[in-house]
Amino acid sequence: MAEVNLIINDQKVAVPEGSTILEAAQKLNIFIPTLCYDPELSRPASCRICVVEVKGSKNLVPSCAALVREGMVVYTDSPPVIEARKTILDLLLSNHPEDCLTCGRNGDCRLQDYAYLYGVRRGTFGGEKHSYALEDDNPFIVRDMNKCILCGKCVRMCAEVQGKNVVDFAYRGFHTKIAPAMDTTLSQSDCVFCGNCVAVCPVGALQEKGLRKSARTWEVKKVRTTCPYCGTGCNFDLNVKDGKVVGVTSCAGEVNGRALCVKGRFGYGFIHHPDRLTRPLIKKDGVLKEASWEEAINLVAARMGAIKEKYGPDALSVLASARCTNEENYLLSKLTRAVFGTNNIDHCARL
Amino acid sequence: MTNPISDIAGADFILAIGTNTTESHPIISLQVKKAVRNGATLVVVDPRKTEIAGLAHYHLPIKSGSDIALLNSLAHVIIAEELWNKEFVASRTEDFDAFKETVARYTPEYAEKITSVAAQTIREVARGYAGAKNATILYTMGVTQHICGTHNVFAIANLAMLCGQVGKPHSGVNPLRGQNNVQGACDMGALPNVLTGYQSVAADEVRAKFAAAWGVKELPARPGLTVGEMMEAAEHGKVKGMYIMGENPVLSDPDAGHVVRALEKLEFLVVQDIFLTETARLADVVLPAASFAEKDGTFTNTERRVQRVRKAVEPVGEARADWEIICAVARAMGYPMNYSTPAEIMAEIARLTPSYGGISYERLEKGGLVWPCPVLDHPGTPVLHVGKFARGLGKFHPVEYVPPAEQPDEQFPLVLSTGRRHFHYHTGTMTLRTGALEVYYPEEYLEVNPADACVLNLENWEKVRVVSRRGEVEVRVCITDRVPAGLVFTSFHFPEVAINKLTNPVRDAIAKIPELKVCAVRIEKIA
Amino acid sequence: MSQLVINGQTVEVPEGSTILQAAERLGIFIPTFCHDPGLPGVASCRICVVEVKGAKNLTPACMTAARDGMVVETESPAVIAARRTILELILANHPQDCLTCEKNGDCRLQDYAFYYGVKSSRFEGERHTYPIDDANPYIVRDMNKCILCGKCIRTCAQVEGRAVLDYAYRGFRTKIAPAMDTPLGESDCVFCGRCVTVCPVGALTFKSLAGKGRSWEIKKVPVKCPFCEAGCDFHLNLKNGRVIGVTPQPPKPGRPLCLKGRLALELLYMDEPPPPYRKENGKFVATGWAEALDLEKLLAKISQGRVDVGRS
Repeated sequence: MAEVNLIINDQKVAVPEGSTILEAAQKLNIFIPTLCYDPELSRPASCRICVVEVKGSKNLVPSCAALVREGMVVYTDSPPVIEARKTILDLLLSNHPEDCLTCGRNGDCRLQDYAYLYGVRRGTFGGEKHSYALEDDNPFIVRDMNKCILCGKCVRMCAEVQGKNVVDFAYRGFHTKIAPAMDTTLSQSDCVFCGNCVAVCPVGALQEKGLRKSARTWEVKKVRTTCPYCGTGCNFDLNVKDGKVVGVTSCAGEVNGRALCVKGRFGYGFIHHPDRLTRPLIKKDGVLKEASWEEAINLVAARMGAIKEKYGPDALSVLASARCTNEENYLLSKLTRAVFGTNNIDHCARL
Repeated sequence: MTNPISDIAGADFILAIGTNTTESHPIISLQVKKAVRNGATLVVVDPRKTEIAGLAHYHLPIKSGSDIALLNSLAHVIIAEELWNKEFVASRTEDFDAFKETVARYTPEYAEKITSVAAQTIREVARGYAGAKNATILYTMGVTQHICGTHNVFAIANLAMLCGQVGKPHSGVNPLRGQNNVQGACDMGALPNVLTGYQSVAADEVRAKFAAAWGVKELPARPGLTVGEMMEAAEHGKVKGMYIMGENPVLSDPDAGHVVRALEKLEFLVVQDIFLTETARLADVVLPAASFAEKDGTFTNTERRVQRVRKAVEPVGEARADWEIICAVARAMGYPMNYSTPAEIMAEIARLTPSYGGISYERLEKGGLVWPCPVLDHPGTPVLHVGKFARGLGKFHPVEYVPPAEQPDEQFPLVLSTGRRHFHYHTGTMTLRTGALEVYYPEEYLEVNPADACVLNLENWEKVRVVSRRGEVEVRVCITDRVPAGLVFTSFHFPEVAINKLTNPVRDAIAKIPELKVCAVRIEKIA
Repeated sequence: MSQLVINGQTVEVPEGSTILQAAERLGIFIPTFCHDPGLPGVASCRICVVEVKGAKNLTPACMTAARDGMVVETESPAVIAARRTILELILANHPQDCLTCEKNGDCRLQDYAFYYGVKSSRFEGERHTYPIDDANPYIVRDMNKCILCGKCIRTCAQVEGRAVLDYAYRGFRTKIAPAMDTPLGESDCVFCGRCVTVCPVGALTFKSLAGKGRSWEIKKVPVKCPFCEAGCDFHLNLKNGRVIGVTPQPPKPGRPLCLKGRLALELLYMDEPPPPYRKENGKFVATGWAEALDLEKLLAKISQGRVDVGRS
């Protein structure tokens, strides 16, 4: 593919034909803010926060959608650009709750990042503000449409990745709102609560209910792992606070990208459930009673050994697990064959 | 899977048989939807009108258990209309003539009588599959959980070979596996007849290699018992002691009553799990295990990708990782089993397993690896059978249609099929304890066609008794045309609706998989 | 030793311990604003109140002695209601400015508001509109954000001869100020930064870090000041691997902190340290490093210590 040469902030760069100005800037490690842009989704260029100055062009152009041309001269931080960005932020903040104090996305919010970066303390345009009711009627996602900046990423994620088309823009003008058909709640719509819209929301309009109530964004440590449910093998980040898993967030998964399903994203609560077994149990007089590890392990060894002694190794059998790790299944096979001395090992692959 | 998940989006034609993909494999279904958006033709074979069936260009609401008739008929049309890939069949396969002879009888009109899929539809689907540049077949337990499960898979493989739709990108024969590490458990030799990497226990040199590595004089040569056989052996007193790690056969296995009787008959039962499951309640000793978030390790997904599981938090209470517990048991029985990390265990697996030979934790830090991956600089093998089948030539296995073992009759007039729901997983041990999923989806129901509901005079959401020859459960009724008349459906996620009390434990002769997708039941009103 | 029960758990503490100390021993969290183990107690903010069985009122855990046989509840409905009301009262006169506040993410008021789910205040009324005092090169004072915990006053008073700050005015108009309510730059303040290290909210912040990064983006690496025998503790503030500023850690006995030490560490660790200032005739003027750090004096001191070993 042909290369196109251009100059951004006085630095030369060559990128393949068809690249956007944003992509060219990224190649030079030049930062351009974006709200509606997402590399995985279509590009409506609607938020305009990414505008840049192109020499010879009458207007500022959105760098996420404008394609590079040979000889283009671009400025990403010129005074008109900064002024435009500040005005956009001012306009957004003029109809955005001043709620960082307790907002679950405080610390992981693009609107906040850019307001800080460009020193926009608050919206200065007076006027009507939305006062939508908080949508909190399902156990997975909290929707606060007062915080929505109408970037439409959730709409595109739902349509282009999840293929569900549950939400779209509704109404017009100031009343424009993202909503399921007939402006119902998610739980009354066809939503399957994959939460992939939450993963792309740049502000606090869509939040994971459990996670954002229990931890601030800066308090969590993220540990990348593989999902324990079906056989797809999605990757995600476990969010850990004070030694507890408080939530799951998307990462760049090898199989799944950022997409997860409701079980992967919201099905982590079992980890710290009070029903978890915390001590070995031994049945005495028909009742399971707590015991020490030493006692339990010794009893298992003695009884399994005695059965092998009395009836032969094939009187023992083992069920391994499609839920446990490779290493554990390997060791259990080793225990079965090398120690118990039988090939009676299987698992529920057939179920 | 012969091909990676990401390949599906690039297919021109997708034949999805017995897979409720959007509910059971939601993320794989995104690839199917992407392919459809890109213009691919989607054919869904499923008695139920599932969500994915709603997206299909052709939904074939096949009669439960008649897959072979359909698949053979597709092959019949493709051969009769000279649409098959002659070059592929000639150069890459064997036993084509026997196959051709078998399918000759399966005219679309004959198949229509068995499957209740219109002959014309069969013809159109056959032409679509054979004519596609890249066609892929996806299937799950809807194909395999039949007494002819293995033959069903043979029929699928025959079709793929006939059209040369295997051994290249965006095609292949792709079983979507239902559990996070069911592939890995098989790879690791948690099976009665093979050691790691499917090395046969019957082969002397294999046993010698493992015996030497494990420091024992000899290893047993006779293949062991499968799950179902174990339960039978336990009931007959041949198996006296059982060690169960992270499984819940009381809810997951067919004919639950029989499983409970078998486990109760044991002299000694150990269950190692994260919860006190229905199975663990029967145990003599219960060992508390760590959850996936509390240990390091690897899972192997349905496309054979080995990926890391990382410890995020300490185990709750005194719980321990399963690998640590196994080591402790081995040591208590006088066998030295000592590892300081799962990485060490993987190093041992790699030494003993040709297909895992190139896999190490160091490499996995950079990303997953798809086996076969024989040596450390091997990139992995996302697509199988390129240029050559594992066994050399691809063998056509001609198979004949056999009806399900249990047919509806006057006493039990309905067919019960079981499967999964989107919001829950397997025996519900985890998903019923999340504080979210069970809140949104708290109760299971039985799908009943309006025609049957009318005959039985059922109200929507009425609680009824479902009875089979083996047992009964009470469940609410959801009247819906998602199921055809004559078929009822529910999941096995909820202990309150332990549907496997009813299912038929009769098994496929080769893979020993139970026929969970078809059993005869009746619905009784609760007075 | 006294034995008491907190939230149903028994704990033993030495005579003279507070309820707060006893709770800490059990790992039970109690919020505090005005309490600081290094400062004299005042029990003025009341956010640490707990319920003691038999007591008529809620009592401040930071100052109430743990007595033998005491039964304490730290999160009872009455306690939580009290804490929520305190937070609401504070928020009724606190700017909603987390969006760009330098303390966002490292603010006790924010932490507790989140913890107790206080999103806004039900009390409405007058709000302060003090001008921001940033007419000096080092410390930004935004008295609109001050919650009057008084920790800055107490830590300043610990430095002999300093006591620059104290409460001024009364009632709603109560304010922390230097004598005669001058800006900090015109007071006797030597900008050691002790007050900034103990401020629980965004009322006192370091000017050198303004606009440079959010608290969650900054990694703090501890360093010791090498310039005098006190060896005070500082933090290098790193963002994306670069040192963007140096901040003192809270003072400890014998470790008084000083501006000179902080500036010297900036010179030592930063690629582009901000220029030092010197106060001349009441005005701050940029100056050279040698002057700011009194290097000539230092050299003189070093040469004085030279011992003549001669040549024999």
